[in-house]
Amino acid sequence: MKRYFNNLGERVIEGLITLSGTVTSITVLLIVFFLFKEGLGVFSQTPVAEGSVIAVNKQNPVKELTASQVKEIFDQNITNWNQLGGANAPIKLFEVDDITDYYTEEQIGSNFEYLPQRLSELVAKDPTILAFFPEEYLAKDFAGRRIELDNISVGGFLGGKEWYPTIQPAVQLGVLPLILGTLWVSLGAILIALPLGLATSIYLAEIANPKVRNFLKPVIELLAGIPSVVYGFFGLVVIVPLIQDVFGLPVGETALAGSIILGIMALPTIISVSEDAMRTTPRAMKEASLALGANKWQTIYRVIIPYSISGISTAAILGIGRAIGETMAVLMVTGNASVIPHTFLEPVRTIPATIAAELGEAPQGGIHFQALFALGCILFLMTLAINMTVDLVSTKKKANR
Amino acid sequence: MRSIKTQISSFLIATLFLGACGGGNDAKKENTEADKSATGAATITIKGSDTVLPLAQQEAEKFMAKNAGSAITVVGGGTGVGLSALQEGTTDIAMASRGLKTEEKLKLKGAKKDVKEALIAYDALSVVVHPSNKVSQLTREQLEGIFTGKITNWKEVGGADEKIVPYSRETSSGTYEFFREHVMDKKNYANGILMMPATGSIVQSVSQTNGAIGYIGLAYETKEVKALAVSYDQGKTFVAPSVEAAKNKTYPISRPLFFFYDATAEAKVKPFVDYVMSEEGQKTVQDIGYIPLSK
Repeated sequence: MKRYFNNLGERVIEGLITLSGTVTSITVLLIVFFLFKEGLGVFSQTPVAEGSVIAVNKQNPVKELTASQVKEIFDQNITNWNQLGGANAPIKLFEVDDITDYYTEEQIGSNFEYLPQRLSELVAKDPTILAFFPEEYLAKDFAGRRIELDNISVGGFLGGKEWYPTIQPAVQLGVLPLILGTLWVSLGAILIALPLGLATSIYLAEIANPKVRNFLKPVIELLAGIPSVVYGFFGLVVIVPLIQDVFGLPVGETALAGSIILGIMALPTIISVSEDAMRTTPRAMKEASLALGANKWQTIYRVIIPYSISGISTAAILGIGRAIGETMAVLMVTGNASVIPHTFLEPVRTIPATIAAELGEAPQGGIHFQALFALGCILFLMTLAINMTVDLVSTKKKANR
Repeated sequence: MRSIKTQISSFLIATLFLGACGGGNDAKKENTEADKSATGAATITIKGSDTVLPLAQQEAEKFMAKNAGSAITVVGGGTGVGLSALQEGTTDIAMASRGLKTEEKLKLKGAKKDVKEALIAYDALSVVVHPSNKVSQLTREQLEGIFTGKITNWKEVGGADEKIVPYSRETSSGTYEFFREHVMDKKNYANGILMMPATGSIVQSVSQTNGAIGYIGLAYETKEVKALAVSYDQGKTFVAPSVEAAKNKTYPISRPLFFFYDATAEAKVKPFVDYVMSEEGQKTVQDIGYIPLSK
């Protein structure tokens, strides 16, 4: 009986452990599923806000417009139909708020019951008009022609260079500057953090005497406990003006400022993980190397680093992982201008900063909301790719040995 | 030992009693509250513009401190969010940092709502530059050129030969939209504009960048930045931002802040709206950094 009970207890515990494992995996999968479901929705939408209409006169030869043309027209950079392949006539812009310039309130009706009819009249009357109004006021026998914009394409989304997610009447979603900005800042961060972190960990693991090590290690680990907002503020007040002075730039909010801050933030992870890896090098290997006549540097370079390379790569991924996903500090110091960066001394906008700054105002289920989720998917794929590459590298290294 | 124990137990019993009494009081309070809301005085929900949010919160706290039994919940989200909530009937008051658009009037009409508006305060934006900048005034057209990226050097507007670095708020900010509509004539910001997450960061960045220009709420002005005079009549008259100029409406970049409410709920929200309009309420407006209604 007692034995049976014991078995039962074990079974229950076993079951609970399996269950928690399953639940965790399912949760992760569900989150990924949700992310992609929302994110991919963006490609089934047109850039025109839902429930809005862009319309022209029936006689107008222009039948198609792209989102960027619509933006240029409403910015009044394109002002003539002949720039779009139409007649040589200035474009007359019309938004629903302007209706009171054309008709009296009586003509529109006190409850706006005649509005669809008036809109239709207006568009039919003026051959140069480009009207933008809510779909519910589209008359059944609308006398103008609706202009439909193409759905957002994957190529246009990934390759587009302009990120204007909130403009009316047609949004522009080009995420190339954001992707490049993220990669650029992370690359800079890892270029700063990896050599510095590696040098520090070699020093701590092999060279420093125990007293110094016992003092330094907690100090470095303290860096990890500082909230990222504090790093951001430090960057904005100290590093940004410093970069501006040193390089004589008009703006200090640059990719370099972001990289330095992220580099500092990634340091504790890189140092402690790679130092732990180096300290696991068997004593026998080190002593054999020294016995063969290698000096201390040769031992470090030829024995310890190759032995602990997988640990060092893990440290590097964890560092990059922190750099790519970091939001707040970057949001504060990189200037967030959505332009494609050419040097480290230009402002950039990263994916996490964009999501953090914009998700709050994006109406749920709208095109902007879905575009931000699509950005999340891209970020997810980026980290996944990095993890898989490093996995590959470290297993190869092991197989070689 | 024993006596201590008895003391403790009697203490416990006493607390229990007190607790019970307290519970009773609470219940009573709830009852009166329910009564009040039935007669139209107590629980109010306010939703909308993030610009009005800090003001509405302060006003609500002070109002609740004065009128025990009233409960006011203030939620942000943006002007548009507040107005659509009003239309759906999920809020009593919608805060707005602009008047109703024709489109919104249409929707409210469609929902058969008679909406009343109450002007509660004004907000003004200052255009600021680095203190060392020689330029001290700009026209609206020049500002439009700078923020749309058509003017890129200070010498084009009468300053030194230096690159212009424009700073803007993030797209989620009501200030961003307001500046776009009223200063930039609804045109879009240039692609390479620097976007800052908070007004404080704009002040910080402008104060340490020689060629910088940015816009901030009047209340955020400090000595580290220089506010520009602005002209809306092609350079005939320039007006420097100040509370007085915003009050007498000579300063052009200012906007009204509104409460919108359903006429049927007027009895319920009127005491609070009246409080905000009162002298005491308007003092809070000034303390927070907005411009009170001129009497």
